[in-house]
Amino acid sequence: MWKWLHPYANPEVSYHFTGKILPWLSAIAAILLLIGIVWALAFAPPDYQQGDSFRIFYVHVPAASLSMGIYLGMAIAAFTSLVWQFKLADATAAAMAPVGAVFTAIALITGAAWGKPMWGTWWIWDARLTSELILLFLYLGVIALHNAFEDKNLAGKAAGILTLVGSINLPIIKYSVEWWNTLHQGATLSKLGKPSMSLEMLWPFILCFLGFALLAGVVICIRFRSEILNRNSIRPWVRTLVLAQTPLPTNKSTENN
Amino acid sequence: MSNEQNMKLATLSYRAVFSLVLKRDLTIAMRHKDDIINPLLFFVIVITLFPLGIGPEAQTLSRIAPGIIWVAALLATLLSLDRLFKSDHDDGSLEQMLLSPQPVFILVLAKIVAHWLITGLPLILIAPLLAVLLHLNEQSYGALMLTLLLGTPVLSLLGAIGVALTVGIKKGGVLLSLLVLPLYIPVLIFATSAIDTAALGLPYSGQLAIIAALFFGSLTLAPFAVAAALKVSTS
Repeated sequence: MWKWLHPYANPEVSYHFTGKILPWLSAIAAILLLIGIVWALAFAPPDYQQGDSFRIFYVHVPAASLSMGIYLGMAIAAFTSLVWQFKLADATAAAMAPVGAVFTAIALITGAAWGKPMWGTWWIWDARLTSELILLFLYLGVIALHNAFEDKNLAGKAAGILTLVGSINLPIIKYSVEWWNTLHQGATLSKLGKPSMSLEMLWPFILCFLGFALLAGVVICIRFRSEILNRNSIRPWVRTLVLAQTPLPTNKSTENN
Repeated sequence: MSNEQNMKLATLSYRAVFSLVLKRDLTIAMRHKDDIINPLLFFVIVITLFPLGIGPEAQTLSRIAPGIIWVAALLATLLSLDRLFKSDHDDGSLEQMLLSPQPVFILVLAKIVAHWLITGLPLILIAPLLAVLLHLNEQSYGALMLTLLLGTPVLSLLGAIGVALTVGIKKGGVLLSLLVLPLYIPVLIFATSAIDTAALGLPYSGQLAIIAALFFGSLTLAPFAVAAALKVSTS
């Protein structure tokens, strides 16, 4: 397996590899999302209790689970980079952080939009909501630390250490928030009491979930490619690549002068 | 330096290194007393602001006193964290420490202990006085002192990771709070809950046990993270 994986440690190889799979990934993501969203919003039966407002879960639940999944991926990438000094893992983690932060924000906003008609309030200090908010803070901290360094290699290492510290802390925070919540307020509406979904509701959900996961993959791939170009901008292969795509670079530079 | 001295330095026992760094940091702090007093003043002033903002009713104040004291303690620790590595980084002695043959773990731990002695301990000593001002429930004083005693070292240990990451950055102050405050949440939750439970006359050993677990966990793990972060920051 290592022999098979080895060539992808070269930035050039993985740049071209991601370039090859990117169109396929985006096509599948677009198809899945299109079918899933239309099915979920227009054709899936409304919930017997919540009516149509439950449909926001087709966006909310994938976003929420992806927000945590991406953090896990980031922690694995950070660990790989710190232990095996694998530079591309830094680029992966850097590519993942903003995507994860956006999914966390989507989960929070859609959750609030659902909470307003259902609970009558935009926000309650529910355990899940609170830990999701703290997850957002952790993401923003990683991104801010990454931006604070000029040298991207150092930035990757520092952000990696913070990501790992956060990943150790995250279960503790989640547990403590849950504990705090049960202590400070009685059982509220927060217990959603998930009824087992009927198949007509489950299928569009699976499609949406896979679609959003692939969408995250696509965006991470695009960001990963630009991270590679950024970090390797002095390498000859990047220069030839860029020069091949912008035909008249000499003219432009003279005009600017 | 002669060869013999070099050998001597390399074979210093861990305990000797620890006490050397600890003494050095304490001596420096004693010569800049405002570094000790300013975070303490900040702690007192922030706590004074709350009754002014919320109103002087004793009942409201005693209800929110644990939270206020703990949040103020978090902020005061945060303010004082900056000097944990900053001046050593600026004058280059931090790099010399990292170059020394002793494990960074020991040096870092000594510096954190010194930081706690300088900022955490005075905070604990003055806390009962402020609790009187906030009409804290009489049964809660023991819990307040115990949670501060176990909790403020955790603040120093976790904060050291944040400082080590940001020490090379020019404007690291605001960034530091962004990185560190989310990590402080468990301590805040369990400490205030222990104090609240004590006010009801119930046993709070469970919360104390968890804070103690956080303390020992961060005591063993945080110095490694700090050492790794310092290597990144000074490279």
